[in-house]
Amino acid sequence: MANVTANTARRGGLRVDIRVLGPIVALIALVIVGALMNANFLSYGNVTNVLARSAFIGIIAVGMTFVITAGGLDLSVGSMAAFIAGVMILVMNALIPTFGISWAVILLGMATSLIVGMAAGLFNGLLITKARIEAFIVTLGSMGIFRSLVTWLADGGTISLDFEMRELYRPVYYDGILGVAWPIIVFAVVAILGEIAMRHTSFGRHCAAIGSNEQVARFSAVHVDRVRAATYVLLGILVGLATIMYVPRLGSASSSTGVLWELEAIAAVIIGGTVLKGGFGRVWGTVVGVLILSLIGNILNLTDLVSPYLNGAIQGVIIILAVVLQRQKKADR
Amino acid sequence: MQFRHFIGATAVALALPVAAAAQTVIGVSIPAATHGWAGGMNFHTREAIERLEATYSDLDFVLATASDPGKQVNDIEDMVATRNIDALVVLPFESEPLTGPVKRVKESGAWVTVIDRGLSEDGIEDLYVAGDNPGFGRVAGEYFVEQMPDGGNIVVLRGIPTTIDNERVEAFQAAIEGSGIEILDMEHGNWNRDDAFTVMQDFLSKYPDIDAVWASDDDMAVGVLAAIDQADRSDEMWVLGGAGMKEMIKRLVDGDTDMVPANVTYPPSMAATAIELTALNYVSNAPVSGDFIIGSVLITPENAEKYYYPDSPF
Repeated sequence: MANVTANTARRGGLRVDIRVLGPIVALIALVIVGALMNANFLSYGNVTNVLARSAFIGIIAVGMTFVITAGGLDLSVGSMAAFIAGVMILVMNALIPTFGISWAVILLGMATSLIVGMAAGLFNGLLITKARIEAFIVTLGSMGIFRSLVTWLADGGTISLDFEMRELYRPVYYDGILGVAWPIIVFAVVAILGEIAMRHTSFGRHCAAIGSNEQVARFSAVHVDRVRAATYVLLGILVGLATIMYVPRLGSASSSTGVLWELEAIAAVIIGGTVLKGGFGRVWGTVVGVLILSLIGNILNLTDLVSPYLNGAIQGVIIILAVVLQRQKKADR
Repeated sequence: MQFRHFIGATAVALALPVAAAAQTVIGVSIPAATHGWAGGMNFHTREAIERLEATYSDLDFVLATASDPGKQVNDIEDMVATRNIDALVVLPFESEPLTGPVKRVKESGAWVTVIDRGLSEDGIEDLYVAGDNPGFGRVAGEYFVEQMPDGGNIVVLRGIPTTIDNERVEAFQAAIEGSGIEILDMEHGNWNRDDAFTVMQDFLSKYPDIDAVWASDDDMAVGVLAAIDQADRSDEMWVLGGAGMKEMIKRLVDGDTDMVPANVTYPPSMAATAIELTALNYVSNAPVSGDFIIGSVLITPENAEKYYYPDSPF
């Protein structure tokens, strides 16, 4: 088994070709285009904005990389984020009478977020591994469940964090260390740990082994179900972490929170070079993918080149182009 | 809130089988509460139904909420087939797919009231109750002209690309024409807080000189305000939202007008208007057929109290 995965990894690593460079070239090209079109593009404020708003999708997409590498898929992350945000805000509001406006409430809220995320991930993971239902169907179902639950919790409206609490919690999104905002720091740490886990731990290698051939992995004494369920739990926890960063931004959650995040996260993973069918994952590629998607939106907002009606089309073209470049190289082989 | 909602729903459900024949049955079909405004609309609908059922014992209501046009068509077909409705009050999810089914209800002899989104064929409905979208844009535009007599630079956030949005923006542009107010940029924030936040951040990076923002919706105004606050440019500009979200109206009631000096109504309670008028047709001699357009009104701190519904989710 170790040989199988080592070979796969080496094949990807040795060929420094368009498959590896493609996303980076695209990212650099976007940065150059942006800088030429608007002088403010590279300003500190804009760079911070783009990186910080990428952090939610980015943190989720790192988790998604493991799920997809192990041959799975999770469509529920956007609804899950909305649901976690709703529960977290309700818990924090309920704790205010006991603890007052204090960091204790925020820490308990954060803990709630991580626990609910872990439970939601475990729910998906167990249904997929124990009940043996297709990941696509399970997460399609839980996507509906989480989305309805947050609508119900909000009574069709918006769940808002207590105003004073929000003022205290606000710095978690807007402030940071040495001018680097917290979401960016957390995203970077998650990405680095993810990259290490993917390349240098048995968990990462097991994910790739399961994704490339489940039978072989099972015969090689990999705990297939356990590893696979763990990828969903990990993703759930990361969704919780992303929500911790998201809530202080606007201090509210509603049924329109996190709509289509799942598709953005999946698109970022695939642009980054992870194979949708599983078997090979690249965490740093995912980070590049997330940045490419955010930059497209940012550049389209900063320029007047195309009608805003076409923003979605441009994103679509770039996603397809990125994947076409990778697939062509694969076919040549 | 949820609990009361639950009790309300149970009460309606329990009341249904008990209702005997010779009752007038009014079917109400509206979109589910998938965003703030729709949540408010659902709230006012339930409230109107409870009030009318308590007042008139011979009126009976069937309420169905749909999360997509297909489900709404099914709901309406079920109402006709199983409840034999005498009247249908419908807020079409989309005009095109609902036109046929609503027309069939009309052909079965039932009264039809359409709310907000017109059907794509004229003359089907007996009563049409709607908000005034061009008026919404015009009132907002006139407020900008009044507040900025010397002109200035503004940015505009638009909603989801729809006829509703187009009508509002066109009327707004017509209202500010020749006033010296220049629209630096317009972008779709999709009536969504997060999208509006992102768009406003980028507007703030792009334009060093913005005097005011037409957020055109209170959900978008929330995102816009957060972005302005982050950029620390609150002193430079003010924001006009719209639709009368209770948090925004509360600010006006409290006199907190530095950033958000006013609001423009597009009341989700129009569903209640439609249901009450339809009920009048059965309990009184008052003629109610025709068009009923609810004007968009400017809300200022002086009249804000009147538009503040603390119990509504919106």
